[in-house]
Amino acid sequence: MILYDYILSPDAYKVRLMAALAGVKLDLRAVDVHPGREHESEPLRALNPAGSIPILIDGDLILTESAAMLVYLARLAAPEWLGDGDAAGGARIQQWLSFSPRLTDHLGGARATEMLAEPGDLPALQQAGIIDLRQLEAALIERRIEGQCFLAADRPTVADIACFPYAALAPDGGVSLDPYPSIRLWMRAIRMLPGFIEMPGIHRLHELKPEPLSTETPETV
Amino acid sequence: MTTSSQPMIDQWYPVALASQLPPEGRATQLMGAPIVVLPGEPIRVVAGGGRDLPVTVRYGHVWTSLGEPSKELFDIPEADQPGRRLVEVGVVRVRCSPLRAVENFLDIAHFPFVHTDILGAEPHTEVGKYDVEIREEEDEVWATKVQFYQPQAAKSATGGITTDYMYRVPAPTSSVLYKTCPARPGDWDVITLFVQPLTEELCDVWPWMALFDDETPTTDLIHFQQMIFLQDRSILENQIPRLLPLDPGREIPTRADLTSVAYRRWLKRHLFTYGAQLVAQ
Repeated sequence: MILYDYILSPDAYKVRLMAALAGVKLDLRAVDVHPGREHESEPLRALNPAGSIPILIDGDLILTESAAMLVYLARLAAPEWLGDGDAAGGARIQQWLSFSPRLTDHLGGARATEMLAEPGDLPALQQAGIIDLRQLEAALIERRIEGQCFLAADRPTVADIACFPYAALAPDGGVSLDPYPSIRLWMRAIRMLPGFIEMPGIHRLHELKPEPLSTETPETV
Repeated sequence: MTTSSQPMIDQWYPVALASQLPPEGRATQLMGAPIVVLPGEPIRVVAGGGRDLPVTVRYGHVWTSLGEPSKELFDIPEADQPGRRLVEVGVVRVRCSPLRAVENFLDIAHFPFVHTDILGAEPHTEVGKYDVEIREEEDEVWATKVQFYQPQAAKSATGGITTDYMYRVPAPTSSVLYKTCPARPGDWDVITLFVQPLTEELCDVWPWMALFDDETPTTDLIHFQQMIFLQDRSILENQIPRLLPLDPGREIPTRADLTSVAYRRWLKRHLFTYGAQLVAQ
């Protein structure tokens, strides 16, 4: 299975992360997105007319939407990541998969503008990203009251992976995550998953537990 | 402090990749002043009021200055050595002091914690003794005999090795790193950090490399360096105080920080204080 990949792309990271969690081996092809803009080149446009990364190829199957890739990987190797198959649970997962491009557009747009100096209306993108984060926070608060820490089930699903990277990288676009304790707890739960892999800007968990009597605060939450 | 009273105004700064200039030019800033980098033969850099600034094109980048540089851009002799791959990594914007970006580049102790399993790994966290000096003739900061255990020192490294490093600061916001070349023992790979100060708390960082590596695709080399630098970025944006303190205050340096101590001392000596605070707060 071939993934046309970019180390700094949160959408590509979703697929790498899902594959790692599901135990699927990917053949990574690095695409020079920045500064080379290779994703807009003829050979890659032939695979994906939208000119976006990632692209997943498995035999005759060519996928250009990261949400579809997550579902494909889960169906192949980790079906428990697709929920229980009941109507409401399935719809809830689909709801978050459809929500996730808003994070890409807004928080991802702010990140590209702020970090890679690409053109964009930064304050408007940040403002739209904050509205998305507030919606995510509100949903996660409701889940916590029910005693659950993932978005769509009593365990992680593809919905969590679809929404995690752009939310976690919000600070790259100048949007703080300090006001969202439920999002931070949820991110920590994802980073604790066996097989979790990191990407630049999303660090793995180190030993964060302070000594019982230590006055020092942990590095991160 | 106004930029005009700043000794740093007479230094050279990178403001664009020469190979990546859009037809309309690159509108950017240098030390708070709006400038435009215009493609053409020759490439021009124009400040507000239409004033042409001095231009040097070197190491893949366009360099300019708001003042009057008293000397040419620093030399990196390895850049002209045959057989090296010259790798343009592109720009990354960081909300931090330009001096903090350089200081972080000079630090080794953070490798196991920020670049885990790549440039460092626990429990190999000790930074051994190394030499630091301000070379008077060249007027540069040098750190030599630096050694560190690294799980994957470079894209071309296949396993853990003890890597030798040398660090050099030839200009207030540029640093050159020499490290063991896995493909050619005895030679040094050259990795640079060229920093464009946009303001005192915002910078565009242009990493650049001159490597001996005939096998790794260029894209992989770029991504390796972007991965490393983006791991640093989230740390840099959270450093407090925002401006680099040049006087000892609440910070207590350890032996591993000797390069940083010399860098700060050298900045202070030259009154290179754009992005710094002189009095600890």
